[in-house]
Amino acid sequence: MSFDFAVILAKLPQILSGLGVTILIWVGGTFAAVVLGFVVATLRRFGGRGIEVILRAPIEILRGTPFLVQIFLLYFGGPYIGLRLDPWLAGLLGISIYGAAYYAEIFRAGFQSVPVGHVEAAECAGLSRNQIITAILLPEMALLVLPPALNMSVILLKETALLSLITVPELTMTVQAIGSQQYAFVESLVILALVYWALVELANWLGRYAERNLSKLSA
Amino acid sequence: MTDPAINVSHVSKQFGETQVLRDISMQVEAGKVSCLIGPSGSGKSTLLRCMAFLEQATSGSIHIEGEPLGFTDGPQRRRQSPAELRRVRSRIGMVFQQFNLWPHMTALGNVAIALRKVRGMSRSDAEDRAMAQLDKVGLKERAHHYPAQLSGGQQQRVAIARALALDPTIMLFDEPTSALDPELTGEVLNVMRQLASEGMTMVVVTHEIGFAASVGNRIAFLDGGRLLFHDTPQAVFAAPREPRLEQFLDTYLDRGASMLK
Ligand SMILES: Nc1ncnc2c1ncn2[C@@H]1O[C@H](COP(=O)(O)OP(=O)(O)OP(=O)(O)O)[C@@H](O)[C@H]1O
Ligand SMILES: [Mg+2]
Repeated sequence: MSFDFAVILAKLPQILSGLGVTILIWVGGTFAAVVLGFVVATLRRFGGRGIEVILRAPIEILRGTPFLVQIFLLYFGGPYIGLRLDPWLAGLLGISIYGAAYYAEIFRAGFQSVPVGHVEAAECAGLSRNQIITAILLPEMALLVLPPALNMSVILLKETALLSLITVPELTMTVQAIGSQQYAFVESLVILALVYWALVELANWLGRYAERNLSKLSA
Repeated sequence: MTDPAINVSHVSKQFGETQVLRDISMQVEAGKVSCLIGPSGSGKSTLLRCMAFLEQATSGSIHIEGEPLGFTDGPQRRRQSPAELRRVRSRIGMVFQQFNLWPHMTALGNVAIALRKVRGMSRSDAEDRAMAQLDKVGLKERAHHYPAQLSGGQQQRVAIARALALDPTIMLFDEPTSALDPELTGEVLNVMRQLASEGMTMVVVTHEIGFAASVGNRIAFLDGGRLLFHDTPQAVFAAPREPRLEQFLDTYLDRGASMLK
């Protein structure tokens, strides 16, 4: 048995289109997840006891169940409550919500790891509560959460492969379809692995670049 | 008669079950330096933090230049509004043991930010003023360094400049040299000496007995949450009849204090 990558690479335009969908859902989903997670963490931190209690359960459920189950529930279960979504929209929404639960935790830890003394110094300098949040807490937190936040984004990228199971025309679905048409199943898997790996390396490289530029800010 | 700069009146503080401060009353006159000494856990930091309303006294009151701090005067003890608290607190500058500089801003940014955000100064005015303040603590050359790029002594001097930039009439220091390597304490103590000689009202929690003896106009000795003395260095060091103080000084005695003996 010999490998034949040429038959798959012949379908490069299709592969690129799948790659495009993957990147769109990855970048868009990560962005939405960061924003949503940030809002949730901020509400939990500053919104009072009631909000904290209300938000805790959904976050625990999202973090305590497999992503696959969540998107199946969203895509196949949604119609039972009148929520009929295009596959790609369900996928984007799924990634955003799933990621948001983790980002909410990352930001919560970030808020906690800003030393109390830094806030006290700001109070003594006369900064108002809102000024302390925007000028001190958030920028300091950004430094602390950068590594775990990038790491989470890499995890989200890999989770997008599961969206092939709800027929989102992303990279995994596209390449696997080509593979079975061309009777080159293993080759398609190898190519998939290489492309995802390249994307992860790219993300890590961007992360290292950002960290290097910020490293002078931390001891 | 003018009001004392700080008037602590019957202040007690509890953390849960623990009584940390017990009925403390003391005055600090304008232009004077009071040094707070005492064994670890005696409540020095808590008392100082009460003076900046970073801790709320459980009972009693604190007045800054005659104005109540944190709680309103009168029969009902009510919290001041945040704006009112900021107004009274603006007379106070606070310096912490751990410096507490903001790591995402340069030394200049640390000093300038409150000038812009609280005083509403333009960026260039604020930075000019911040630069002058850094110059005063000998750090003009380091203005564009981030805290992580500065030594502990330099960081603490930036923290002092940050507090001074806001024109406080009172400066509170909580063990400003305790986190520093011994060879770096001198530069910070010198800045503080200079400040004292310019007539700044200061309260300094310190284990530097020599500094307390030479710069302090008054020494306050705390033990177990009680203020046992608040008197001149001579009175405190020359005749420590109080056994607790004697015991404490035996542990901490250094050149400055023994000279007075
Ligand atoms: N936030 C807090 N919650 C509970 N207990 C506290 C708190 N802060 C201080 N304490 C307790 O209050 C007592 C006095 O603490 P404080 O920090 O004022 O002492 P100190 O004289 O400054 O000691 P040191 O010389 O070690 O700094 C200690 O027993 C301490 O454990
Ligand atoms: Mg202390």
